[in-house]
Amino acid sequence: MRLLNASGCLDALAAPEVARSLDAYVTKTVTPLPREGNAPVRIAETELGMLNAIGLANPGVDAFLAEQLPRLAELGVPLWVSVGGFSLEDYVHVAEQVGARDEVETLELNLSCPNVDEVPENVGEVVAAVRAVTGKPLYAKLSAAVADLGATARAAEAAGADGLSLVNTVRGLALDERTLQPVLARGAGGLSGPPLRPIALAAVHTCFRETRLPIVGMGGVARGRHALELLAAGARDVAVGTALFADPGAAARIRGELDTELAALGFVKPDNAVGVAHATGDATLDPRSRVSVEKSLHIGAKLSG
Amino acid sequence: MLRRERRSVVATEAVGPYTLLRVERGAVDPGAPGQFFMLEAPGRLLPRPMSLALAPPGELAFLIDPIGPGTRALCSLAPGDQVGVLGPLGNGFDLDVERPLLVGGGIGVAPLPYLSEQLGGPPAVLGFRTAWHAEAAELVPNAEVVLEPTYVTEAMHAGHDVLACGPEPMLEAVRRLTPHAQLAWEAPMACGYGACYGCVVEIDGQLKRLCMEGPVLAAA
Repeated sequence: MRLLNASGCLDALAAPEVARSLDAYVTKTVTPLPREGNAPVRIAETELGMLNAIGLANPGVDAFLAEQLPRLAELGVPLWVSVGGFSLEDYVHVAEQVGARDEVETLELNLSCPNVDEVPENVGEVVAAVRAVTGKPLYAKLSAAVADLGATARAAEAAGADGLSLVNTVRGLALDERTLQPVLARGAGGLSGPPLRPIALAAVHTCFRETRLPIVGMGGVARGRHALELLAAGARDVAVGTALFADPGAAARIRGELDTELAALGFVKPDNAVGVAHATGDATLDPRSRVSVEKSLHIGAKLSG
Repeated sequence: MLRRERRSVVATEAVGPYTLLRVERGAVDPGAPGQFFMLEAPGRLLPRPMSLALAPPGELAFLIDPIGPGTRALCSLAPGDQVGVLGPLGNGFDLDVERPLLVGGGIGVAPLPYLSEQLGGPPAVLGFRTAWHAEAAELVPNAEVVLEPTYVTEAMHAGHDVLACGPEPMLEAVRRLTPHAQLAWEAPMACGYGACYGCVVEIDGQLKRLCMEGPVLAAA
């Protein structure tokens, strides 16, 4: 298991020691042209979570490659670059440029942009087009707010994705306590933090069954227990997002807590917990029932041993 | 080093409608006037940015206006409670000034007691909504107080190096009057260390990330 940051939740150049506390650093989404992002107010705390409408602020792919990537490479942390756009051509353009650089380990396609409809055909189309221009590992970051996430995930897999990042934020709205007007200048924003946890778990659980792709699970991870549950649902790796805002030391703390949680349940290492939530499911529904049963026996042995 | 420290609350004191939250300093660097700390707000997801109001021996003191759930939670802390403290963060005031004049509006008075102390008690002009709010002026020596509808800009004397903190309209008015003023801005902030991109303010058509470029910015 690797512990990453969720894209957009860390600026490694502003906080290099936080980036070094991760197994890989995921950049903010890079688009073809520079974007200043949305006008303020951009963030708001809700009762249980947080809304953001940053607007994909980034220097654009040319400046990213010329100015930021060389400095990011000096951190000595594997680099994942989040690739974004507003059309098929945008994704291909950025992915081709970024994918050609040795400093980059993995591309993560941010397929949750407001102007890109996340229907299965589109996800498949974007992944296939990007697949054609890069040999780098390709993760598709999906939103859980789709009618049929399983179909979307299968489309990404069929188009050549190497993995899934689950989940992106979901749209939410906050109103000002006194004026009852939207707090964010843009109106709605992406909801993150604790409210995403059950949504992320369900998404990971679904995609683990529907595809054979490795999954980076994320959504409200703030404690080791949250990471453990994502692993159990089927995530192979875990990313931390909003929790980093309150605590730049969150990664190290979560890793420590996860080790304790795993030990308490008899798991020797995190990888042994991956997918165990599926172990007792109806075998006829799970194409990997054999694997699940083995996992089940394995856990049984651990618990009794 | 970015590390959130846990510190004990020493005391909370009412200052007009505001609360002066005093926490143990320990080995935490108080930083320069105008720098800020992210304070963990009990029961809330995100910490709140607070500039340092005073640095008494062994303590860090923050002046807080209870305007929302986070600030109310901070004001409700009791002696002995633990609070997460991350900082100092951002860029403070440049103290290399010839004839300083401190200008504050409302809770914008927060960083001025520490700033005044570091500058040897220069003159100050503080504006408040009511006499009750103006009780906070007691924290700043040599302060002239104006109450609404009088604005601080009407009481500012010419020929000074202005260091100001207050609501955006006040800062805009001050910079029109004194183009070389140092202004401390405010914005909602999730992290305080450049991660969230939430704290931008638009100044002359440019978006600036306050935690990295500010919160104190040159007016010009």
